[in-house]
Amino acid sequence: MAADSEFHVLAVDDSIIDRKLIERLLKTSSFQVTTVDSGSKALEFLGLHEDDGIINTNTPSVSPNNHQEVEVNLVITDYCMPGMTGYDLLKKIKESSSLKNIPVVIMSSENVPSRISRCLEEGAEEFLLKPVRLSDLNKLRPHMLKTKIKDHQEPEKQDKEEKQQQPQSNNNNRKAMEEGISTEKIRPRLNGITAMV
Amino acid sequence: MDVVNQMQRQFVDYSTSLHREGILDDQFTQLQKLQDENSPDFVVEVASLFFEDCEKLINNMARALEQQGVDFKQVDASVHQLKGSSSSIGAVQVKNVCIAFRSFCEAQNREGCLRCLQQVTHEYSLLKNKLQTLFRLEQQILAAGGSIPVIE
Repeated sequence: MAADSEFHVLAVDDSIIDRKLIERLLKTSSFQVTTVDSGSKALEFLGLHEDDGIINTNTPSVSPNNHQEVEVNLVITDYCMPGMTGYDLLKKIKESSSLKNIPVVIMSSENVPSRISRCLEEGAEEFLLKPVRLSDLNKLRPHMLKTKIKDHQEPEKQDKEEKQQQPQSNNNNRKAMEEGISTEKIRPRLNGITAMV
Repeated sequence: MDVVNQMQRQFVDYSTSLHREGILDDQFTQLQKLQDENSPDFVVEVASLFFEDCEKLINNMARALEQQGVDFKQVDASVHQLKGSSSSIGAVQVKNVCIAFRSFCEAQNREGCLRCLQQVTHEYSLLKNKLQTLFRLEQQILAAGGSIPVIE
């Protein structure tokens, strides 16, 4: 098994059943998995401490090299969690200079178009409707590969260049079109139809 | 061999009937597909977690509804959790009751909530019995040296 297929995913969900399920799905897809039951535990695992309520982006926890304690290639999180929601977690990750390049995927049992837009606008790569399926996880690998490639070049520069070439709205539309066939997740957002549930 | 075939057929028939009766949906089949030699007891493990979770949540709802001033938000939070869990395991009847249950919570309708609680308890018991029967059939097949048929 090639080393670059060993991606490590951090899965965050307060439901023990969903944690077990996502773990099995991820392992079946050949990912390494760590599961935690809250956003704050996720941040702890990622090496981000919020001692004073201020995110100290320069010194995660141990080394001054801006590396996390354990390398995480993707964070997949439930949206609805007590305390810190998946959206809050997403924001904190994207606001952190040491963590912002980590792709984040949101899962939710509720198909709420405004929720989906908000997450995508905040930088989530995907929004998956629960129950998540194996086929949904096939969408994750490209995001993780992108990050690995970026890491080999100058991360900051690459990030900026990418953002310029693919403005956020185009990026979302492209994703939406690609996914149009497989799910009804994005369609409500495009059509402006309010929540279907 | 014949005995094993018979048991396998019984298993398939029983499994199919659970789907036909609308007790389980395709999500349960997805769980069965995730079970393999690396995780041979996956479905039973998930089901056990679900039963525990269900019982805890039903108790929470019952207690909350017994209060003089019912905290409907609290009841709704439990129902939301149960809805999520049942959806994840493919327990479609339970999930459907939860959907109705949430409407009553939103409307702060105690009577409606109590009715739903009764219904959800009933659906849960039914599901638990049926799944335990299904798992027993699986065990019998394995004990006789057969393999569990894959249901599409």
